[in-house]
Amino acid sequence: MPVSSSSVASKPLELVCPAGNLPSLKTAIDHGADSVYIGFRDDTNARHFPGLNFDAKTAAQGVQYAHAKGRRVFVALNTFPQPSGWERWQRAVDQAAELGVDAVIAADISVLDYACRQHPNLPLHLSVQGSATNYEAIRFYHEQFGIRRVVLPRVLSLPQVRHVLENSPVAVEVFGFGGLCIMVEGRCLLSSYVTGESPNMCGVCSPAKAVRWEETPRGLETRLGGLLIDRYAPGEPAGYPTLCKGRFMVGEQTYYAIEEPTSLNTLELLPELQDMGIAAIKIEGRQRSPAYVTQVTKVWRAAIDACRRNPAAYAPKPEWLRELGKVSEGQQTTLGAYHRTWQ
Amino acid sequence: MSAATMTEYQPKLALGPVLYYWSKDTLLDFYERISAAPVDIVYLGETVCSKRRAFNTDEWLELAERLNAAGKEVVLSTMALLEAESELKTLRRLCENGRFTVEANDMGAVRLLAERKTPFVLGTGINLYNDQTLRFLAGLGAKRWVMPVELSRVTLASIQAGRLEGVETEVFAYGRLPLAYSARCFTARYHDLPKDDCQYRCLNDPAGLTVSTREGQAFLTLNGIQTQSAQTCNLLPELAKFRELKVDALRISPQAEGTETVIEAFAACLRGERDAVAAARALNAALPYGACDGYWQGQPGLKQTTEVGGV
Repeated sequence: MPVSSSSVASKPLELVCPAGNLPSLKTAIDHGADSVYIGFRDDTNARHFPGLNFDAKTAAQGVQYAHAKGRRVFVALNTFPQPSGWERWQRAVDQAAELGVDAVIAADISVLDYACRQHPNLPLHLSVQGSATNYEAIRFYHEQFGIRRVVLPRVLSLPQVRHVLENSPVAVEVFGFGGLCIMVEGRCLLSSYVTGESPNMCGVCSPAKAVRWEETPRGLETRLGGLLIDRYAPGEPAGYPTLCKGRFMVGEQTYYAIEEPTSLNTLELLPELQDMGIAAIKIEGRQRSPAYVTQVTKVWRAAIDACRRNPAAYAPKPEWLRELGKVSEGQQTTLGAYHRTWQ
Repeated sequence: MSAATMTEYQPKLALGPVLYYWSKDTLLDFYERISAAPVDIVYLGETVCSKRRAFNTDEWLELAERLNAAGKEVVLSTMALLEAESELKTLRRLCENGRFTVEANDMGAVRLLAERKTPFVLGTGINLYNDQTLRFLAGLGAKRWVMPVELSRVTLASIQAGRLEGVETEVFAYGRLPLAYSARCFTARYHDLPKDDCQYRCLNDPAGLTVSTREGQAFLTLNGIQTQSAQTCNLLPELAKFRELKVDALRISPQAEGTETVIEAFAACLRGERDAVAAARALNAALPYGACDGYWQGQPGLKQTTEVGGV
C-alpha cells in the first residue's frame, strides 16, 4: 500500500521501472524493480509508440508475474482526452481496475475524477504530466481525488523538492534516470507546434513518422516536420531529432539553444533523496529495449541497496556510471534541474 | 451589415497579460494607451518569471484600479510555473485581493481560489482538454476558461456543445503562442549567464529572442523560461466561426509593437466596419515571421492554412 509522507522516511526507496512490453516487465522484476509502470496500446498514455505497450492479455500476464513475486504494477493513463475520444480513457481506467493493478498514474482532471468516483479502491498517482510543481497543486489533487502519490516534474532543484515534500500531503516520487524533459511535463506544446502531435493530446513527442534523416553534401541532416533539427559533421554521433535537443540559431550563435542531447542521472544524489524522505525513484524509458531496462534496473537496485545499508559511505561506483553512460542519450548525463547551476 | 451584426453573437475583446519583461515606464505608457483602447477585459500581472519586478503587487493593484475606472473589466493573472515559497506568497496575496477576479494558470491557484469560493478564470496554463474537466472546474468556481492553444475548432465545437450556464469561453486569437515553460532560463543561457545572475537581460528583448533553424527558418521565441512561437497566431479571419461557436471573448496577447493597431482591427471587424480577411491580411503583412492558424485548423501549430499569412 502507498505510504503516508510521515512514514516514508523510514521506508526504503521504491524503485519504479519502465516496461514497454512483457519481456521488459519481467526483466525489471527479475532484476530488482519494486514496481513497474506500463501503458495500454493506444493514446491513453504518454508513450504511444508503434509496437509498444500492453494489450489485455499481456497486461494480465504482467500483473500476474509481478504480483506472484510481491511486486507492483502501475498503469499510466496520463494523456489528456479530448471529447471525441473520452470513452477510450474511461475504458482504460475500467480495464486497469479489472486487472487489479496497484495504481493508475493519471494527469487529466476528468480521468482522475472518473477513476476516483467509479473505482474508489483504485489507488491514484498524479502523473508527472499533471505538472504539479508546488504543494498547493498537490493538495488540490489530493483533496479532490484522493491521490496517494505525486510524481514531480523534472524542473525543481533539490531544495525545492525538499520544500514540496515537507508540505505535501502525499508520498513523492521523483525521476532518477533516463530521458530528460527540459520543459515542465504536461506544459510543453513544442511537438504539436511542429508536427501536430504532442504528449498531452497524442502521447508522443517528436513522433517518428515526422522524422526524416538525409545524407547531404553538408552532412547528415535530421528533420522533424520538415524543420532542420540538426546537421552532423562526418563521424559526429547523430541523435534522434527531439525538437528541444537540436542545434539552432539565436542571434549570431548556433548552439543547443534549449538543451543538449543528454540523460538525467541522479545516482550521486541518492543519499540526499533518501534522507529527505522521497518515497520512490522513477526510471524513464518505456520506449527503450528490455536490455536497457535490465541494465538500468540492476545498477539502481544495487545503488539503492548500498545507500540504504550505509548512506554515509555511499558513492556511485565507477562501473555503475559506466553502465548507465552506455545507455544514456548522447552518452552523457546531467543532474538536471536538481542542480541549480544547470537551470 | 452593422445592423445585422447587432443581432449576432458578439464576443468581447480581451487583452492578455504582457508576457515579456518590459520596463516600468514602458508598461505605464502601454496601459495608459490601453485604457483608451476598445478592449473590454484586461488581464494584468506577471505570469512568466517572478524575478521580473517592474511592478510589485501593490502597483499592479493600483494599475488595476485605474483601468477599472476607465471602464475595463480587470483580471489579475498569476504565474504559470510556481516553484518557490515566495511565489506562492504572491499567489496567495493575489487570490485574496477581494476586489478583482483572478486568472489561475496553475492548479495551486485553482485550489486557493476554490477554497475562497471566489469565481475565477482558467488561463492558458491550465490543461483543460474536455467538457468533463470544464464541468468539474466550473463546480469549483470557474466562470471563464481560455482554451488551451493546441486545441482545434473541432474540439472547441464539441466542448461548446455542452455549454454551461455562467461559464464563458475565451480563445487566444492573436499573438505569439505560449508553448512551453521550463526551470531553465533560455535567455540567460543565450547570454551565457547563470539563471540566478541573469542580469535581467529579458529587458533588452521586449519581443523575446527568435530561434531559427540553421537554414534560417524562424520558428520559436525564447522569453526567459517560456518558449513561444515565432509565428503570430492570428485568428481574426475566423470571426464568423467564433460567433457561430458562441465564443465569449477573444484574447489579444500584447506584442512589443502594434498592439493597439491589432485591437482596432479586431474591434472594427466586430462592429462590422471592416472585412476580417482583409484586416487580417493587413496585420499579417507587418509580421516578421508570418502568421499561423494551424492549431485552430487541427494541424501543426506553425502552419498558416489560408492565404492571409503575410510572409
